[in-house]
Amino acid sequence: MTDTPLIQCDLCVIGSGMAGMSAALFAAKQGLSTSMVGRTGEIIFSTGLLDLMAVHPVEKGEIWDDPWACIDQLAKDLPQHPYARIPTAAIRAAFDALIAFLESMRLPYTGHPDRNSLVLTSVGTFKPTYRVPVTMWAGSEVFRRKAPCLLVDIQGLKGFSALQIAAMVGSGWPGLRTVRIGFPGVASSGEVFPERLARSLEAAVNREKLAAAIQPRLQGAEAVGLPAILGISNPAKVMADFQRRLGVTVFEIPTMPPGVTGQRLKEAFEHGLRNLGARLFLENRVFRADADPKGGFRLHAGRTDPEEVIAARSVILATGRFMGGGLKADRHVVREPLFNLPVHQPEGRDRWHREDFLDRRGHAVNRAGLETDPIFRPLDASGRPAHRRLFAAGSILAHQDWMRMKCGSGLAIATANAAVEGAARELS
Amino acid sequence: METQVLIIGGGITGVGLARDLALRGVESVLVERRDINAGASGANHGLLHSGARYVRSDPAAAVECREESALLKRLAPHCIEDTGGLFVAVEGDDETYAAEFPAFCERSGIACHPISLGEARELEPVLSDRLMAAYQVEDASVDPFHLSLDNISEALELGSRVMLHTRVVGFNRENGRIRRTRLVNDETGEEMVIEAEQVVNAAGAWAKGVAALAGVEVDLFYSKGSLLITDQRLTRRVINRLRPASDADILVPGGTVSILGTTSIRMDTLDRIVPTVEESDYIINAAAAMVPSLETTRYIRAYAGVRPLVAGKIPGDDRSVSRGFALLDHATDGVFNFVSIIGGKLTTYRLMAEKTADLICNRLGVSRPCLTAVKALKAFPANQWTAAGLSPRLWMQAHRPDDLLLCECEMVPASAVDAVIGGIRHQGGTPSLYAIGRRSRIGKGTCQGAFCGLRINAYLYDQGKLEGRRGLDDLRSFLSARWRGMRPILWDTALLQEELQEALHCGYLGLELGEIR
Repeated sequence: MTDTPLIQCDLCVIGSGMAGMSAALFAAKQGLSTSMVGRTGEIIFSTGLLDLMAVHPVEKGEIWDDPWACIDQLAKDLPQHPYARIPTAAIRAAFDALIAFLESMRLPYTGHPDRNSLVLTSVGTFKPTYRVPVTMWAGSEVFRRKAPCLLVDIQGLKGFSALQIAAMVGSGWPGLRTVRIGFPGVASSGEVFPERLARSLEAAVNREKLAAAIQPRLQGAEAVGLPAILGISNPAKVMADFQRRLGVTVFEIPTMPPGVTGQRLKEAFEHGLRNLGARLFLENRVFRADADPKGGFRLHAGRTDPEEVIAARSVILATGRFMGGGLKADRHVVREPLFNLPVHQPEGRDRWHREDFLDRRGHAVNRAGLETDPIFRPLDASGRPAHRRLFAAGSILAHQDWMRMKCGSGLAIATANAAVEGAARELS
Repeated sequence: METQVLIIGGGITGVGLARDLALRGVESVLVERRDINAGASGANHGLLHSGARYVRSDPAAAVECREESALLKRLAPHCIEDTGGLFVAVEGDDETYAAEFPAFCERSGIACHPISLGEARELEPVLSDRLMAAYQVEDASVDPFHLSLDNISEALELGSRVMLHTRVVGFNRENGRIRRTRLVNDETGEEMVIEAEQVVNAAGAWAKGVAALAGVEVDLFYSKGSLLITDQRLTRRVINRLRPASDADILVPGGTVSILGTTSIRMDTLDRIVPTVEESDYIINAAAAMVPSLETTRYIRAYAGVRPLVAGKIPGDDRSVSRGFALLDHATDGVFNFVSIIGGKLTTYRLMAEKTADLICNRLGVSRPCLTAVKALKAFPANQWTAAGLSPRLWMQAHRPDDLLLCECEMVPASAVDAVIGGIRHQGGTPSLYAIGRRSRIGKGTCQGAFCGLRINAYLYDQGKLEGRRGLDDLRSFLSARWRGMRPILWDTALLQEELQEALHCGYLGLELGEIR
């Protein structure tokens, strides 16, 4: 280990989900020398929809049209929620900056000004969300107008049934029809995967073939809805071209994860971060983190074993929850495995989960996590920041339930930005 | 509707009785409130007892088990894996009890061979290194779903009828007989009446309630047992703890998993029979003395069943009460065409059915003998899919790329789902996710239905088996049922998996929210 290379940086972000990616982005933009270490991350499971805030209080399942008003109310009712610690203007600025970045990476988003939208899901439910990939946008409007519409699904693409969606939303919508088609150029039998279809549609010739297969089935439809397969690196362009060939409005519906929607975000972030000069250690993890007596940290990172040491003046912990590896549970207790930080949690496993999976109030363990000071430094057992330059962002934070509140992306982005600001201040 | 015999209850006793009667040429209608094996018949270890467990506490039951398990191994081999079993004592267990075990086995004619501790650990390397005694016995594992489904399928083929999701709501008595039985189908709301010459109450834990509808008192009590399923098979053989019946003293292999149990908790009602966190921790802690890796292995789910035990026997631990069965002739209660068959064990179901059928046939004036002790149970292809490892093997052999794997964890293709749906239709059921899950490996792998539930939901719409918004209710109730078994074992990898499921079902699909339009 004596030859272990040493990488130096101002800030190392641990974790490459939405929070880690956002933190690395904001840090690199600030001019901090930035590294990011992370495994594939939950971002691969993303539907591409960017939630800000929609459901509060969760026990009533109350869905808010205005996410900002919802955040204000949340901050009053749950002052420990991470949003309550960030000025609304800062949340907005961070979210807008992130959207602008994605647009610059050819992943444009849209939505109603200051309002949530309802987006159709692959089981025919509607999901309230804030910002929607432009490729999915037309769906809500088509539904609202009950315009003549053809829902297309692809033979061999599992878990996506146009018939199911139509059965769920079709009442009072006589113009809604469905069709299943074999994807041109793909063997007519066997399983097909969204990523392969999406890569195929990046070639104009394949778009032409798909359009030709759908065309005769249009029969007066003004819009075509299909699974999210319209390209990966430039879906808006793929959609625009496909729309032109088909001559009607087109919209995507997210597929069962992992689909291409997560892949799009992952690739956009990775390219963008590299352009900004961030050092990315993808498919890596941090095995050990030591506080450096001279200040900062020494992080032992690698793929399957420690291979490198990153000397970071500051760290943002964005390792997520159980899936991301940021939290780990045994039969008795939830731990934060890397820095062994105290984890706020319900007492005893019997209190972790409710007796009904879909209980609106949500499961207590989902609000477990790290408690922080006002600038998102995790606290030690004595209630003081564990380290002057250790910050935390995203779903690892306590006192939130992103799955029930529909605030996952906004929480990741806003806390990432706040943590970066904190780190920048402590470094200067 | 008219019939000779109405059987109430689609557990192993009821379906065994339907087959027995059918083989004697007696027509019957079986009604089941939920689905085949919805009660204790579907919530046990799947142990085919050699009888060794009962040699001390209940020698008569031990002999019954010995005889019946030998019969079933011969007549229903496709439902049984003849694993063999071990009885092991660990340091601290009662030495006298262990030393006397072979003599007690001999008394009931049960094969039992002492082996050295070294041999025991060679046979089953996961056994503790603190063993004190070890004996080989002839325990085996049985697939209770396969067994029940084949019984009912054979009965159906012979002309019996079955109605699932159909609940008895009342009896009309006339002159000391049940003249009419009133029923309702809980799925369609349809009401119906059956006129039967004889009525058999085989409702298991619910027998008390059914009897009460006829104005008859049946004194039952309930003992809840919880079990855990490991994600891998830990042993080749059944492992029993050699001590007086106690909690967490058995590990039964079944296909690709092992089942660890049980607890015994007296229950006053049947309202909420679910495994708890406390029970699962208790089972693991206690069983680790026998197999230490149970502390660290991954569990896939837990489940709980209720032992309906006939009251009025020996007080004390519920396990010391006879596991033998009771055939109650309610003529003594003034109802002359009504019997209840209660208690018993999976292993002795055939015998219970035989005794019940003998009584019924005697009353009907039918003299044909019981055939179930000589005639092999017929194997039906539609019922084979509960066996772990079968569908991957057939899928690989068939090599049909268009036969999509709808369940990826357990590799169940669309063709298997079609076959299972065919079986459900044949049994008069509705092809819900729940019903499909009970007849196949769907929802039993590591995703616990999170992904395959959605894929099959979509598939059922594609096949025209679901319409309107019904699929969403079906999905929700399937997930709720799976959840009851997941909740007690959510830590480590299982908790990670649960988080992914919740992100998908709540974060994305919003299944916890009401209808949004």
